[in-house]
Amino acid sequence: MSKFSKKKGGDVPAISTASLPDIVFMLLFFFMVATVMREDELSVENRLPAANQVEKLEDRSMLIYIYVGKPTAAYQKQFGDNAVIQLGDKISPAARVYDYVNTKRNAMAEDIQNQMMVSLKVDREATVGVLTDVKEQLRRANALKINYTATKGDPMNNLRR
Amino acid sequence: MAKRAAPEVNAGSMADIAFLLLIFFLVTTTIEVDSGITSKLPPEQPDVEQPEVRQRHVFQVIVNSDNQLLVQDDVVEVKDLSEMAQKFLDNGGSTEPGKTCNYCQGDRDPESSENPQKAVISLFNDRLATYNMYATVMNELVKAYNVLRDREAMSRYGEAYTSMVKRAADWPKEDREEPEYFELQEKIAKIADLYPRNLSEGEPTKN
Repeated sequence: MSKFSKKKGGDVPAISTASLPDIVFMLLFFFMVATVMREDELSVENRLPAANQVEKLEDRSMLIYIYVGKPTAAYQKQFGDNAVIQLGDKISPAARVYDYVNTKRNAMAEDIQNQMMVSLKVDREATVGVLTDVKEQLRRANALKINYTATKGDPMNNLRR
Repeated sequence: MAKRAAPEVNAGSMADIAFLLLIFFLVTTTIEVDSGITSKLPPEQPDVEQPEVRQRHVFQVIVNSDNQLLVQDDVVEVKDLSEMAQKFLDNGGSTEPGKTCNYCQGDRDPESSENPQKAVISLFNDRLATYNMYATVMNELVKAYNVLRDREAMSRYGEAYTSMVKRAADWPKEDREEPEYFELQEKIAKIADLYPRNLSEGEPTKN
């Protein structure tokens, strides 16, 4: 008789999982957008130091990456365990930096060649000597805009470990 | 005849498919670091006479192979470096008319630098020092410049130097012809000129 009487004795309805795909897709899109594929495969260890006076890097099209660090386990037989330089995909001697930078610069569009920046990705444990050799070569190649790539963080944490 | 409704497509496995994709992207990607301490190398010029710099204008920072820090012949902790550098840069010890630094707020110690234009920080690193130490020292020295520039920009334009630099970098590429952008660049150049980053790196000593 009563149209509006409550139903009695009903079980707790199952939680609808229909929106689960939406949630997961949202996460998926976030990761797809937020991540950039690595340009070079690393064959050296590369844990960057932290710094708090960082500036944002130039556009990726104007960047040249140079990695410095200890070779990873697979390469230690060949290159020893002192810090080495990686250019592109290969571990190379410091003298090759000059050619590498020039080749990369010539491959850039002409109007951005003078804005080119070299991103130095140096491992925390690497010695400064190798970095100095690289900088010497960069000066020779007239690639003077450089960037010590570092993560944002408290620099005092670098020294505490 | 009863009309049959089209059966509903079961969307239960949709979540599984999406999870699979999500996990794939999680595993394969690494977030690339896109920030760092920008610096400029001096151009290579053979046989150019070194400019004479008087001792009082030089702030000597040395890092040895054991990652110890020596500032002006004293062993110091890295955490004190930035403050010492600020004090040195901001000293403004000159009393000669026309050369005084009227925006400096330092101690005006006659033994220390005359004005920020002349003050040079000289950094020597041993080849065996670790990059960890190098990056930290570099960061602290850059911080000294940034703090002073921030202070100066704040009192002149009411905006911190670092925030102006950030604003200029984030300026949309297509709007860079606007007069506001040029004005901002001019302000940045003006402040950078008041406290120029005279950070000289010596050849690290061979071991």
